[in-house]
Amino acid sequence: MISIVIFCVALVLASLLFAKNVRAIMANIKLGKDLDRSDRKGERLSLMARVALGQSKMVVRPVSGLLHIIVYVGFIIINIEVLEIVIDGITGKHRVFAFMGGFYHFLISAFEGLALLVLVSCLIFLIRRNVLRIKRFFGNEMTSWPKTDANLILITEVLLMSAFLLMNAADTQLQALGSEHYTQVGSFPISRHLVGLFGSAGETGLIMAERGLWWFHIIGIFAFLNYLPYSKHFHILLAFPNVFYSKLAPKGQLTNMAAVKKEVELMFDPNADPYAAPPEPVGEPERFGAKDVTDLTWKQLMDGYTCTECGRCTDVCPANITGKSLSPRKIMMDTRDRLDEVGKGIRTAKKKGVEKFDDGKSLLRDYISEEELLACTSCNACTDACPVNNDPLSVIVDLRRYLIMEESKAPAEWTGVFTNIENNGAPWQFAQADRLNWKNEA
Amino acid sequence: MSELKVPTMAEMMASGQQPDVLFWVGCAGSFDDRAKKITRAFVKILNKVGVNFAVLGTEESCTGDPAKRAGNEFLFQMQAMGNIQVLNAYEVKSIVTTCPHCFNTLKNEYPELGGNYEVKHHSQYLQELIDDGKLTVEGGEFKGKKITFHDPCYLGRANDVYEAPRTLVQKLDAELVEMKRCKSKGLCCGAGGAQMFKEAEKGNKEINVERTEEALEIKPDVIATGCPFCMTMMTDGVKLAEKEKDVQVFDLAELIASANDL
Ligand code: SF4
Ligand code: SF4
Repeated sequence: MISIVIFCVALVLASLLFAKNVRAIMANIKLGKDLDRSDRKGERLSLMARVALGQSKMVVRPVSGLLHIIVYVGFIIINIEVLEIVIDGITGKHRVFAFMGGFYHFLISAFEGLALLVLVSCLIFLIRRNVLRIKRFFGNEMTSWPKTDANLILITEVLLMSAFLLMNAADTQLQALGSEHYTQVGSFPISRHLVGLFGSAGETGLIMAERGLWWFHIIGIFAFLNYLPYSKHFHILLAFPNVFYSKLAPKGQLTNMAAVKKEVELMFDPNADPYAAPPEPVGEPERFGAKDVTDLTWKQLMDGYTCTECGRCTDVCPANITGKSLSPRKIMMDTRDRLDEVGKGIRTAKKKGVEKFDDGKSLLRDYISEEELLACTSCNACTDACPVNNDPLSVIVDLRRYLIMEESKAPAEWTGVFTNIENNGAPWQFAQADRLNWKNEA
Repeated sequence: MSELKVPTMAEMMASGQQPDVLFWVGCAGSFDDRAKKITRAFVKILNKVGVNFAVLGTEESCTGDPAKRAGNEFLFQMQAMGNIQVLNAYEVKSIVTTCPHCFNTLKNEYPELGGNYEVKHHSQYLQELIDDGKLTVEGGEFKGKKITFHDPCYLGRANDVYEAPRTLVQKLDAELVEMKRCKSKGLCCGAGGAQMFKEAEKGNKEINVERTEEALEIKPDVIATGCPFCMTMMTDGVKLAEKEKDVQVFDLAELIASANDL
């Protein structure tokens, strides 16, 4: 009885805490500017089915892609087992689904097979990161926390899978002893070989082991659930909406800024009075481009939380490959980290009754330097490589827009290019009148 | 050498004619010495086929692409609106261009600002001429040569055009060889995003050197491109590697034109 109470309390606490953290992340994402991505639903759904569910962009790299699919599929399917554990926990029963007989045996056997595969895959992942030290997992932005985060996720999965298998092994032994409460469901293909580990433990010892593993497994899952919002592992949830709301336009198409369009149209309008006073700005004047995370759209912010820190973007970035400080992964991680900071700041300010949050910092410069921004060739290699359809390039362009249009901070060569385009209609200093000269040159 | 026939929109209009297609030359194609050769090669093909085309000539102006990518949206939209006024006044419906940057901007970014045209890159246009039987290509001097195609970012990844350029290379009876990073995985030449117009940021290598090395690894006779900026970058890369005797860099239009002895 007491265990039922403890279980229910743990379940409720874990769920509430998780819901609270998810709400905080959603609130942060909503700090972003509006963007309409509600069109072409059918296309979006099929994209989500292919890229998020079908992991089509993961398998571009076959080894990690395949291992990832194993862990991902295993993780989802094994969660059916968690359902049974939860029901058992609430009702105080043991293996409530056992009434399914042969099918139950088949299910648990399949789960065990998957658990082993997941376990092995996670071990290989750990080796790739820590022993083979694959380059993509390193880089300036991969400071100690991101590295620890990745390892913690993998170690947790190894522990959870091990607990599941060992629990079944102890269970098998208890069934063999005819222990009361332990439903006869037979032995299972993987755990069967682990029974020996419990050696000569008596019934009491075995029950303690089985219960201990059971609790470890389920509390571990609750803990892991609540770890997600603090981790890049949150991508297992956000990958779906993030891919759904992907940019569907051709990759080369950048947005035409609406605020700029209004002004330019006015300048081209032959009926506009050139001496008219500019219209009174309503509310806060619009900022051109992005200086901080709140100038970005909600989708760009969601990108940050969805980033898996896999480094596929940085690995193909021509600037990064040639030693420049730009790393598209860092752009995404900085966006997320700054957003976390701003979100927390706003909430604390609200609690204190302060009207506006301002910590004097911004995404531009405090996180992302001009040098990084200026190194981008807008080649779209990063957006093409990203398995969750993030768009680091759009953030780079928006920050550049702020640099150029609000601060007029362009490298001298670019200032020259702008002047030339404005005066001669070409980035070089050639007269527009000479534009057809090529016709008569041999 | 025969004179090129390059009618302008203004001349056409004056004589009451409307061309089937506007050839958007672009800034590089108009002013850069190397790129001007591409422009001329493409016009030679158009002349040979007898395409009813025109250029804007001195009425053409920068599409605004480098300004936009650098972050100067204001200047971009000024350029765009100006160009759209001219194009719409001439009732232009269809455009072909030898520059993937112009191609991308005209095709994707102008419609929202009031410029709606059917825009093609010259690789697509040439392929259509061949498919329609208007242009025939025999290998000529490139028969059996090893040719690799460097995908311009703004043609490939930006607009998913990968096949037309490759079809053209194959029409030359040449051996098409691919670099390790090709098509959607192709490496940038380093010029995009207005990098063409400034020194690279601090690093340990120039991007065009990285890309050229990759091309040279597969020992091609020709590196083919479809972009005037890639042309500059790859040509410089080949020169730096002191390989200009063994490897030539040509635009697709130049390959097709010289295969036809134009
Ligand atoms: S678009 Fe910019 S950040 Fe992305 S891969 Fe290319 S150079 Fe790197
Ligand atoms: S942006 Fe995409 S590719 Fe880059 S690290 Fe994040 S998830 Fe990986």
